[in-house]
Amino acid sequence: MATEITYIDAIREAQAHALRDDPRVFIYGQDVAAFGGAFKATKNLAKEFPGRVFDSPISEDAMVGFAVGAAIEGLRPIIEMQFADFSTVGFNQIVNQAATLFWRTGVPCPITVRLPFGGTSGGGPFHSQSLETIYAHYPGLIVLTPATVEDAYSMLLEAVAIDDPVIFCEHKFLYRHLKAEKLPTEALPVGKARIARVGRDLTIVAYSAMVQDALEAANELLTEGWEVEVVDLRSVKPLDTDTVMASVARTGKLLCVGESWPWGGVTAEVIARVASEGYGLLDAPPQRLNAKDTPVPYHPNLWAAHRPTVRAVAAAARKILRS
Amino acid sequence: MLQAVNEPRVGAAEVVRESHLAAFRFMLRARLLDDKFAALYRTGKIHGGVFLGRGQEALSAALGVSLKKTDVFAPLIRDAAGRLAFGEPILDAVRNYLGSALGPMRGRDGNVHRGRPRDGYLPMISHLGAMISVVNGVLFARRFKNISGMVGAACLGDGATSTGAFHEALNQAAVEKLPLVVVVADNQYAYSTPTDRQFACESLADKGVGYGVASHTVDATDLTACLKIVGGAVAQARAGNGPQLVVAKLLRLCGHGEHDDANYIIPELKNSALGRDCLKVAEEFLLRNKFTDAAQLAVWRSETIREIEEAVAQVQREPAPDPYAENWSAISSEHLNETHLENGH
Ligand SMILES: Cc1ncc(C[n+]2csc(CCOP(=O)(O)OP(=O)(O)O)c2C)c(N)n1
Ligand SMILES: [Mg+2]
Repeated sequence: MATEITYIDAIREAQAHALRDDPRVFIYGQDVAAFGGAFKATKNLAKEFPGRVFDSPISEDAMVGFAVGAAIEGLRPIIEMQFADFSTVGFNQIVNQAATLFWRTGVPCPITVRLPFGGTSGGGPFHSQSLETIYAHYPGLIVLTPATVEDAYSMLLEAVAIDDPVIFCEHKFLYRHLKAEKLPTEALPVGKARIARVGRDLTIVAYSAMVQDALEAANELLTEGWEVEVVDLRSVKPLDTDTVMASVARTGKLLCVGESWPWGGVTAEVIARVASEGYGLLDAPPQRLNAKDTPVPYHPNLWAAHRPTVRAVAAAARKILRS
Repeated sequence: MLQAVNEPRVGAAEVVRESHLAAFRFMLRARLLDDKFAALYRTGKIHGGVFLGRGQEALSAALGVSLKKTDVFAPLIRDAAGRLAFGEPILDAVRNYLGSALGPMRGRDGNVHRGRPRDGYLPMISHLGAMISVVNGVLFARRFKNISGMVGAACLGDGATSTGAFHEALNQAAVEKLPLVVVVADNQYAYSTPTDRQFACESLADKGVGYGVASHTVDATDLTACLKIVGGAVAQARAGNGPQLVVAKLLRLCGHGEHDDANYIIPELKNSALGRDCLKVAEEFLLRNKFTDAAQLAVWRSETIREIEEAVAQVQREPAPDPYAENWSAISSEHLNETHLENGH
């Protein structure tokens, strides 16, 4: 009987693995100990690893500062933000303390900050945000956005092993939506994008949950005779420009999709790089698709229209394909 | 009344004498070093600001001498004395102010933003209040590794107690029962803002009650009181009695930085007991009690001035950071650097 492993199981298993393998690892966050976390990402870990999983007060600033101090002493903290949205309260410690430590002093800062992010309907403006862009903007941070169960597992393990602060963006919609039969034993390293689907007519670059929407849109377009290639960035910082460029070299067309807001951001960065370094590869203007430029709405009708949907991705793709 | 506070009351006479002299020498070194930085600033030899600890030396030195080299220390802008007492060489301070490539921050950060994290000496970021939780994390990590008997000290001003970071970190330390000592220099101003625009409680020490943290108040113009109260708080934390909050009363005897003439400081405060210069008070105390004599003080002064001048002369011959030789990588995992940003131009 094949057991099913969800994306959130993978995140739990990666943390269990890290705690088991590395005595320097500990977990600190709100409700993560006996309760097992708001999403159950740390279920039973406090019991299995006594003295390694700690509830924190509702103090995101102090949680991250604490992690930096522990990292200076050679530990490898994993901080769980209850929702990515609340990481803004710890923003100062992330971008000014953690992200500058190595550059200022030569002492590495191996902390992992887990951000349950992205939209699920009913979440509303303060439980739905996608913040990868603002963290990627700051020098000194690694920003990961796994799109599969396998990547959720292997990239979180790698995040803990990386000697620099990692912002680990785990998508709340994917938590129980994605399933796999087993955990991976090998994986692409952080910094390498993945060709999630091969095609010759158009490249769609996506990351995290949008990879699933892009793949579904690609299926839809196949019925119309278009073969769409989907690149899963996996990590938005570093951003694997070479893999994107190689794909665009094959297809000549680019659509970049992100769930975060449209002003600037990961999609803009991808387009800028391709436009400046791969202008000659393009036979149509590159396009991007993002959420609407408003806070994330609560009602499912509004929410579903706020972020790029499969239909919206397919429509944007058709426009480029027909140009 | 001040006289009474000034009389040594604790310990064997020789111990008291030694501890006063040790702290005083750091106070003097800090004052002379600060004076030199101010002079260099006036002649345009320093990039950016200069921030002095004038008036805060007794408090800062008392803290520094109460800490062991294995403790954790997160000083702030006016802690030259505490830094020296914790073991920072004068050369590190001079290198950082002059931006030497050989300094602790290699020209990447300057002035009071300096430290050596591996030695438990944490380099402040500018954001006030942000260092306390980092000290908490270091203390927690040591406990996690079964290292005991250490203390972590974090310094800040009256203004910084209004930050959310201060609140979060003090509460966190109390919840974790960490051996943290937070030393607040209530110097009556935060830049130009007087304390009545900063907080509305009677005394900042009252804040400790709310967190379940032991509070102490001290007259920071009085070295004897500082040694007793700050040393006592450090001992309490070391003994496992949880976080300690020390609120020290003083007046900032300089501008916020050397760019600031501080014309907003009211004369009533300058002429009050708070406006006394702790260095002068300590010097008079040492002489009055025959802990040392004027000749010895003069020797210490001239020796330190020579040491500072030599350090400055040495650093002025040292290489400045070279932008072409600089490793422009903000992360230690160099294989994860972006290859398509205009980094290497
Ligand atoms: C979070 C934050 N806000 C503003 C500043 C700018 N700033 C630097 S020092 C200072 C005044 C600090 O006053 P206080 O905490 O009383 O310390 P003092 O300078 O009196 O020693 C201000 C407002 C800062 N560094 N950090
Ligand atoms: Mg002040």
